[in-house]
Amino acid sequence: MMWFVSRRLVYLVPTLIGVSIIIFVLLRVIPGDVAAIMLGDYANPKDAAELTAKLGLDKPIIVQYGEWIVGVLQGKAGVSLYHGNSVAGELWKAIPVSAELAVLGVLLSLIIGLPLGLISAIKHDSIIDQVSRLVSVLGISIPNFWLAILMLTFLAILFEWNPPVYYQSLIKSPVDNLQQMLIPAITLGSFQMALVSRMTRSSMLEVLRQDYIRTARAKGLREQMVIYRHAMKNAMIPVVTVVGLNFGILLGGIVIIEQITGVPGVGRLTLQAINQRDLAQIQINVLFFGAVFAFSNLMVDMIYGFLDPRIRQS
Amino acid sequence: MIAPADPIIERGNRWWRIATNTTAKSCALMSRKPIGSAGAFIFLVMIILAIFSAQLATHAPNKQSASNRLLAPSTAHWMGTDEAGRDVWSRVVYGARVSLYVGLVSVVLATVAGTALGMTSGFIGGRTDIIVQRIVEMILAFPTLILALVIMAILGPSVNNLIFAVVMALTPRFSRVVRGCTLATKEEPYIDAARAIGAKPVRILSLHLLPNILAPIIVLASTNLGIIIFIEASLSFLGFGTPPPTPSWGRMLSGTASGYFQIAWWLAFFPGLVLSLTILGVNLLGDALRDIWDPRLRGR
Repeated sequence: MMWFVSRRLVYLVPTLIGVSIIIFVLLRVIPGDVAAIMLGDYANPKDAAELTAKLGLDKPIIVQYGEWIVGVLQGKAGVSLYHGNSVAGELWKAIPVSAELAVLGVLLSLIIGLPLGLISAIKHDSIIDQVSRLVSVLGISIPNFWLAILMLTFLAILFEWNPPVYYQSLIKSPVDNLQQMLIPAITLGSFQMALVSRMTRSSMLEVLRQDYIRTARAKGLREQMVIYRHAMKNAMIPVVTVVGLNFGILLGGIVIIEQITGVPGVGRLTLQAINQRDLAQIQINVLFFGAVFAFSNLMVDMIYGFLDPRIRQS
Repeated sequence: MIAPADPIIERGNRWWRIATNTTAKSCALMSRKPIGSAGAFIFLVMIILAIFSAQLATHAPNKQSASNRLLAPSTAHWMGTDEAGRDVWSRVVYGARVSLYVGLVSVVLATVAGTALGMTSGFIGGRTDIIVQRIVEMILAFPTLILALVIMAILGPSVNNLIFAVVMALTPRFSRVVRGCTLATKEEPYIDAARAIGAKPVRILSLHLLPNILAPIIVLASTNLGIIIFIEASLSFLGFGTPPPTPSWGRMLSGTASGYFQIAWWLAFFPGLVLSLTILGVNLLGDALRDIWDPRLRGR
C-alpha cells in the first residue's frame, strides 16, 4: 500500500508542473499590452513601460516563469498590483472558507445521496425508487446558481429570512456562519448528491444480481449483513469514480456559488482578480484549483486501492 | 420462392415503406422509452423556440420602456417585465438561440476534434500516444469551468470565443474516451484483416474503426450537451459569456436584474426554469440514447 501511495504521489509532480506551465502561458497570450490594460485609457507610455518593468514582463518568458515558480515554492508568489497585498496571503485567508463550503457540500451530498440511492436499489421499482430517481435527475439538470437564486429569493419573500450579510468565521460565531453556509452548501452539493444517488442505485442493482450475493443469502446471513458487508463495498467503486471525476464541477461550482452568496472564499477571490486583471492573483489561484483537483484525483485512486486490493498490486 | 417484384412497383413503394417503417419504429421507441421521448420533446420545443424566436416573441426583446418596469406576469406580458421594462418572455425566447447555438456547435466541434485526436493517438500508439496523453492529462487537471472562465477572461466576451473556450475545455475529455474505445477496438481481427490486405491507416481509421466506435461517441456527445449548456449559462451568468444586448438565460439571472429578485420573483424564476428544462430534456434524451446504444451501461 505504501508503495502504491508513494508512486501515485510521484505522478503528481509532472502534472502540477504542466498545470503551472499552461496557466502561465495562457495568461501571457492576452491580446494587447497587460500594462496598458491595467493602467486604463489614460496611461502615458512612460508609466506603461515602468509597470511593464515592475511586472517583469520585459524579460523572456522562460525567465519570468522560472522566477514565478521559485517564488511559489518559497511561499511568496508576488504582490497584487491591485490592492498591494501578498497574493499568497490573500489566497491563504480564503482557503479555509472555501474548504468549509466544499466539505459541507460533499458531506450533504453523501448524507442524502447514499441512502437515497441505496433505498432506491433495495426497493427497486417502488414509489420511493421513482421519487428518488426523479430527485436525482432534477439535481443533475437544475443549474446550481439558479437553485441558489431560487432559495435566496423565495426564502426572503415567503419567510422574510435572509442569511446574515457580513461573513462570520466558523470559530468566532458558529451560528451566523452556519446560517450563511447553509444555502451555498446545499446548492453546491445538489449536483453531487444527484450523481451519488444515481450511481449508488445502478451499481447496487448490478452487484445485488451477482452470484456471491446469492451465496451470502443462501448461507443464511441477515439481509443487513449482505447489503452492508458484501454488496456495498463493491458497489462503492463506481460511485467513487463518478464523485471523483466530477469533483471538478464542484470546484467550478465554488466560483459561482461564492459569487452569488457573497462567501469570501477562493472562488470569489479568483473572480475578483479576473475582473481586476490582477495577473499574480489569477495565476496563484488557478494553480491552487489545479493542485486541489489533481490531489482529489489522487485520493480517488487511493480509495480504489482501499476498496479493491487487486488495483494495489497492478 | 416468391418471384422478384416488378422493379417499378418496388420503387413506388419504397418511400412509402420507409415512411411507415420509420413511423412504426419511432412509435415503438416512444412506448419503450417514454421518459427519453419526453426529453426529446422538450428539446424539440426549445429548438422551435430558437428557430422561430421572431415569430414567437410578443415584444422586441431589447425594447426598453420606463412605464412598463417590473410588471408582474399578465396576458400582455406572459412572464412579466424586467427592471428596464423589457418583456421577459420575448427575452427568454431569444435566449434559446444563444444557448442552443453555443451548445450544439460546441458539442459537434468538441466531438469531431476529440474523436480525431483520440483515434489518432490511440491508433498510432507508442511515443506519440504517450506525449499526447501527457498533454491531455495536464489540461484535464483544470476544472472545466475554471479553464473556460480563464480563456474567456483572456479573449473577452463574444459568442465565438465562448464556443472556443468550451471546445478547448472539453476536447481533452472527449479524446480520452475515444482513445479508450480505439484501444479496445484496434486489436479486433477485422482491423488486422484490413491491414493485411494493405489498407492505409487513414482508410482503416475512417472505414473500419470509426463506424465501430460511433455509438459510444454519439452517446458521449449527447450526455455532454447538458454540461455544455450549463457551462454556457454559468459563464454568461458570471459576465463572461455572450455580450449584452444579446439576451441569454445566464445573463438574465445576474447583473442589475438580481437587485430586483425579491420584489419581482418572475425575473429570478422564468429564465432559470427554461434553462433547467432544456438541460433536463437533453439529459433525459442522452440517458435514453445511452440505454439504446450502449447496453453495457444499461440502467446507470
